[in-house]
Amino acid sequence: MITLATPAADTQALAGLSAAQTALEIKKLDLYYADKQALYDVSMKIPKGKVTAFIGPSGCGKSTLLRCINRMNDLVDSCRVEGSIELQGINIYDKSVDVASLRRRIGMVFQSPNPFPKSIYENVVYGLRLQGIKDRRTLDEAAENSLRAAALWNEVKDRLHDNAFGLSGGQQQRLVIARAIAIGPEVLLLDEPTSSLDPISTLTIEELISELKQKFTVAIVTHNMQQAARVSDQTAFMYMGKLIEYSDTNTLFTTPLQKQTEDYITGRYG
Amino acid sequence: MESLNLNRHISGQFNSELESVRNQVMQMGGLIEQQFSDALTAMADNDIELARQVIVKDKEVNQFESNVDHECSRIIAKRQPAASDLRLILTIMKTVTELERVGDGVAGIASMVIENHGKAIPSLIGLENMGQIVLKMLHNSLDAFTRLDLKAAVTIHNEDKKVNRQYESILRELMTFMMEDPRSIPFVLKVLSSARCIERIGDRCQNICEQIVYLVKGVDVRHATEEEINSLLTE
Repeated sequence: MITLATPAADTQALAGLSAAQTALEIKKLDLYYADKQALYDVSMKIPKGKVTAFIGPSGCGKSTLLRCINRMNDLVDSCRVEGSIELQGINIYDKSVDVASLRRRIGMVFQSPNPFPKSIYENVVYGLRLQGIKDRRTLDEAAENSLRAAALWNEVKDRLHDNAFGLSGGQQQRLVIARAIAIGPEVLLLDEPTSSLDPISTLTIEELISELKQKFTVAIVTHNMQQAARVSDQTAFMYMGKLIEYSDTNTLFTTPLQKQTEDYITGRYG
Repeated sequence: MESLNLNRHISGQFNSELESVRNQVMQMGGLIEQQFSDALTAMADNDIELARQVIVKDKEVNQFESNVDHECSRIIAKRQPAASDLRLILTIMKTVTELERVGDGVAGIASMVIENHGKAIPSLIGLENMGQIVLKMLHNSLDAFTRLDLKAAVTIHNEDKKVNRQYESILRELMTFMMEDPRSIPFVLKVLSSARCIERIGDRCQNICEQIVYLVKGVDVRHATEEEINSLLTE
């Protein structure tokens, strides 16, 4: 007898992930900017070593949620968070958590490339220097490994000490990814990493993302639905601050369960 | 998922492209229904002229298949359809393949009429009867496709059993003919192959209904049992 593969089964599989398979667990997360609620009761498990994409219209809360994961929202005064996000069983919003060390474990890359006004080499080893590492050989090794992992090494190996601003936009974005992975994070957050890049650079970064998931857990916010479909293993659709549907990418893009998801990914008005 | 709003895309262009390709499938379905009905009439009335027309018109059916496939591949390349749009395109591509093969079966019946012309053909009543049932099945399948009617698709899917039983009884009858009079074997074999054509058309209607279930529910039921398919209605 053949068991019929139903869309609902994939959604249930994600909810049933064991602790060992889970990189991050978000539990009943509410977020307010002053009086305005931006996230409503978001609960989800982000699996380890996979790419999770967040899609949804502008203002749906996907970037806000991503920024919660390494407490970037702490920088916004009026922002208040309820609920928890657990990284290996520890709530990152717990008072005992040191934000700087949290961000070493959860790296982030933003929409437009933001290299520091320094050489390519210094950009990559910046985080390591902050940690007090001075040994030349350690730094050289880390720089090479990170640049290789970010698929940039071959393009820059002969000009490591040139200014980073001399690189193209796509190269700068890969440099920033190299900088983020140099300090060996567990999770990498990408907030629309290709929205300011041309199609070829975009494909290079997408290719890179599928390489990266072998070492890191990746969470990516993207406006480009086809990109989410191409790079991610599971996709979360958000709308008006709520997590509407979260399931296997293959399922979400062929047989979404919710009408709102269907309307969004097929470009319909609700 | 049941309520597929096929014409509510933000892109009006996309709406009209999907609408146009769907209309072509319906037109193709209409043509094949007519062809099938003509072939059955030709068989009943021994009308060799009508049978010839059916064979000539099969080219139109083939043309429809090519056109629809071409249109679908263009939509995939340009629009990257997802979810129900994607399922619609896939369903359409598979449905036209099935319809084209129905067309081939119909042409097969028509050539049997031509080849057996002037001979006393046994057992046509049973064959005609089965033909009418399958014609109704085809009509209802196309109707279910147009209305995206899950319930109708499942009902038609279940009906194929009856056709199979009828085919078996025709088979037995024809075997008796052949045993009684071995000289009849050549043209009885032709009748048998028409019976087979009709039975296969029933199977193709079943396949179309499976595609409708996939389109509406997103579940692949091609190799599912009858109970599993029926259970989709109660969900």
